[in-house]
Parts: sequence; structure tokens; C-alpha cells
Amino acid sequence: MAMSFNKTADHEWELNVCGYTCPHPQMYTKKALQKIDSGDMLTLIFDNPSSGESIQAMCEAEGSDLVDRQDAGGSFVWKIRKA
Amino acid sequence: MNMATTSPATVDTPWLFRKNNLQAMSVLMLVIAGSLWALSMDTRWVYLLVYVWFGLAYGMLLQYGRFCMASAVRDLFAVKVPRMAVGMMIAVALYAVVAAIVTLAGFSTFHPNAMGWHIIIGAAIFGFGIVFTGGCASGSLYKAGEGNMNSMLVVVAISFSQAIVVSASGWWDKLVPQSWVEAAAAQDMPAELTVTEGWFDIFTAGHIWNLKGTTTAEIFGMAESAAGIVWLNTFLTAILPVAIILVALYAFYYRKGYLRRSGKAAPTLGDELAGMWAMCTASKNTAIAGIGLGILAGLHMYVTGVLREHYGIFNFGELLVAMGYTNGLSIQETVFDPGYWYITTQEAQWGGWIMQKLGIDSMDSIFFGLDNGLPNPLLNAPGFMSIGIILGAAVMALSRREFKWKLPSWETAFFAIVGGTLMGIGARLAMGCNIGAFFATVTNGDPSGWVFLFGMTIGAYIGVKVFTWWMDWSTARKAGECGL
Repeated sequence: MAMSFNKTADHEWELNVCGYTCPHPQMYTKKALQKIDSGDMLTLIFDNPSSGESIQAMCEAEGSDLVDRQDAGGSFVWKIRKA
Repeated sequence: MNMATTSPATVDTPWLFRKNNLQAMSVLMLVIAGSLWALSMDTRWVYLLVYVWFGLAYGMLLQYGRFCMASAVRDLFAVKVPRMAVGMMIAVALYAVVAAIVTLAGFSTFHPNAMGWHIIIGAAIFGFGIVFTGGCASGSLYKAGEGNMNSMLVVVAISFSQAIVVSASGWWDKLVPQSWVEAAAAQDMPAELTVTEGWFDIFTAGHIWNLKGTTTAEIFGMAESAAGIVWLNTFLTAILPVAIILVALYAFYYRKGYLRRSGKAAPTLGDELAGMWAMCTASKNTAIAGIGLGILAGLHMYVTGVLREHYGIFNFGELLVAMGYTNGLSIQETVFDPGYWYITTQEAQWGGWIMQKLGIDSMDSIFFGLDNGLPNPLLNAPGFMSIGIILGAAVMALSRREFKWKLPSWETAFFAIVGGTLMGIGARLAMGCNIGAFFATVTNGDPSGWVFLFGMTIGAYIGVKVFTWWMDWSTARKAGECGL
């Protein structure tokens, strides 16, 4: 288990924080959103349900769009477009 | 915000027969079967089962609302999200109202905590620890119920660190001033407790017992009057501070984003109130959990109070003696039995009981020997509340398809053990965690809980600074691997 952050295509990034509990997922997400450009898409993969509420609130506060979310089996794949 | 929620196809299988729902039902049936078995042996086990079932309900709501009080202070500083702080304030307000009704009805089981500097110091250590463990004491229990073994490790660390702290002696005794030793010696205590040996005994008998713990109504001599209970304990000590904190959270963490999203350049008072409402309902799950937990916590106190009156007891220890169980009771023939939501002391008892079985006896300590006892975990009523929280969270997580076994890595295990140990030490110094020393106190008119919250906030702020530094250092060191 290790956090990974990769560029998957032009303006598309993937952050995988599976295996981490709070506060790692939300703090790594914040750091990743700070790193990418406005309009870029971040695919976030995590498995700590509690982090989801904070990440959603963080996106809302910063104006980023949570454009898709796949929630199943204790794993979550969210796509966030940075404002 | 545009959002599309998608779920995998499980639509072909009837709801009841889906694997996750069958597993959730199995856990629930296990608790029902266990409860019926206990009642078939002796109906007086209902006293213990009240803890089990309230624990189960707490666990379900905690998981449903992602209701972790660590996140209330941590996420404010770490990611500037007030969601959980708002949820916590909603729960405090509701619990305070129900607690007032319970107190007026004469069924309150609450005892105020001693006020002093130990609360701030202990709460700050506790608050620092929760940043690294990823959850408060209750939060760690519900996350363990989601299959997170890291959180279970936190519970283990909290249990043993507390048991060691309250029974340690030798060089630890040098941590306390001689004046406390003399004050402890002056207490009229049985020799078997050796109150001048063991730093926590000296701290308890030589310092804590000389401090006052009161409700606001008691301070003004109105503890017995309805006006004192309603206006001083409920309104002044709980509702008014909650309102002030909610306004502060709105002003510093929510208002700017809300006005930007709603396009209000010159907001009126109505707009500001609408913004406050939007903040309180931004996370419906958290708000619902806050309302539910607040009401349940008050009801828990009521049900236990009614049972105590029914059985003519003040403590579960009396019932255990009547049922023929005398092992592990304190010298007062009592056990830990708060009668309301509490977390850390029963976990200390688990650690102390295991240590006793390993040959390290701590029944000469005030904490175990005089106050709480060291009962077999199968007879530990509040301990079953903690187990109920884990099982309730498991039921909810399974039914929402969020249960997943997660093993710790070396890194997260290190944080869990160190953070959990700090939480255990902090909780004992402050005489409780964010539930026993904050949530249960301010809602019952004891202002010492706000001192705890202040200390916990300071600790969490420093913890977030240290955690952020570590995360920046760690990602910079592994920049080639992780890319962040």
C-alpha cells in the first residue's frame, strides 16, 4: 500500500490513497488539487468512507465539480474537475 | 456542483438476499440472539443490554453520518471543512435539550468533572493524538466496524496506554510535586490502595479530589430548580455557546464560499441566516446523525436512570453482586457504570484486565481498585457499549456496501500506536475523552467540557501543523515514486 499520484493524460491526473485512513485521503486530495491546473480532471481512488464527506465539502467550498462518483464495496472512485 | 452518482448493478438480486444485506442481518441476528440468551439466564442482564443496544444505535448513526469528533477540529485546520464541527454542535444542542428533560424528570445519572488545568493539558495531548490516529475514541470504534484494522489498533493502544498510565509507579512518581503526595497521604483511604505510590493515584487523591466539579446551576445555587436546569445548565452552558460557535464557523469557514456560490454581493440578514441554514444542512447525513445521537444520548441516560430506580441500585456492581458475580469489583463493590455514552474508561479496563491476567495487577490503584474495578470483559456493561458501536457500524457499513477489511501499513500502524497512546494518556489526565469529558459534560450543564474542547482544539491545531510538515517532507522525499 502506497499513495500514488500520476498524470494519466493531458489535463488528467489520478490519485490513489487506498489503505489510508483519515486524515491522509483528504489532505492528499487537497495537495493534489493545489498541484494541478484549473480545469484539470483528478480521478481520486480511496477506501476510507469517512474521508468522502470531507472531500465533498472541500470541493464544494472551493468550487470544484465532483462530476462522477462510483461507490461500491468499500472502494470509491471519484472524478473531480478543479475550479 | 454537477454530480452523477452511479452504483454497480445489484438490482437483479432482491434487496434482502444481497450478500452485504445478509451479512448485515447476520450481525444483527447475532446481537438479538445474544441478548435473548442473556435474558433467558437472568432478566437483570437487561441493564447490561441497554448499553449494548444503545451502543449498536450509536455505531449505526456514527457510521451513517461519518460522525467522528476528531474530524470536527482536525478538518477545520487541515482542509478548512466545518462539516463535522457543525454536526457536533447540532448533537450537543439536541443532547442538552433531552438531558434537561431527563434531569427535570429526576433520572439523570450525570456527575460533573473536576475543573482544572489538567483538563487543558490532557485534552491538548488527546487532540494532538487524534490527528495521527484518524479518529477520536468513538470514531476509531466505528471505523473498526467498517473493517479498518488500523482503527482497531488505535483502540488497543488507547486501552493499554490508559491501563499503564493509571497503575504506573516508580520513576513516574517523580512527575508529581511533593505537596500532592502529602495531600494524598492526608486522605482517609484504605491502606491497600497505597495512595502515595503511583503517580496517577497521587495526582487523583492529592490534586483532583481537591478541585471542584459543578454544574452552572450548582454554582448559582439553583441545581434543584427547573429554572436553574433549563436556563443555566441547558441554555447558558450548552445552547448559547453552540450558537456562538455556529456563527463563528459560518463567518470564518463557510460564509465566503456560500455568498460566492449564491451570487450575493451585498447580503441581507435573511441571506446570512439562509447561509447558516445551508451550512447546518450541507451534509444531511452528518446533520441527521447529530440529531439522532443527541436524542439517543439523552434517552440512554433516562433508560439507565429508570432501571437503577427499578432495581434500587446506584451502580451495576450492586446488581452483579446480587447475581453472584463478585470478581473484579472495586473495594466499594462498584464497577465503571456511567449510565450514559462514554468510551475511554471501559477500554482502560480491557487493557487492565488483560494485564492482570498476565500477572500485572493494578487493583491497588484508585482508578481500578477504588472507582472502576476490573471486571471480566464479559461482565463489563460499558465495554459492551463499545462492542455495540463496532457491531452497529458494521451493520450500517455492510448495508451501505462500504465494509472492507483494511490492514494497516507500517506507516499507519506507527501512527495508530503512537497517536492512540497519546489519546490514552490525554484522556486519563483530562478525566475522559471528547465524549465523557466534553459531549456528556456541556450537555448536562458542566462547563468543564468547553475547557476540554479548547484544549483539544489547541492540540489538534499543533497536530495538523506537525502532520502537514511530515506529509510535505514524506512526499518530497518520495517525489519520484508518488509524483506528488
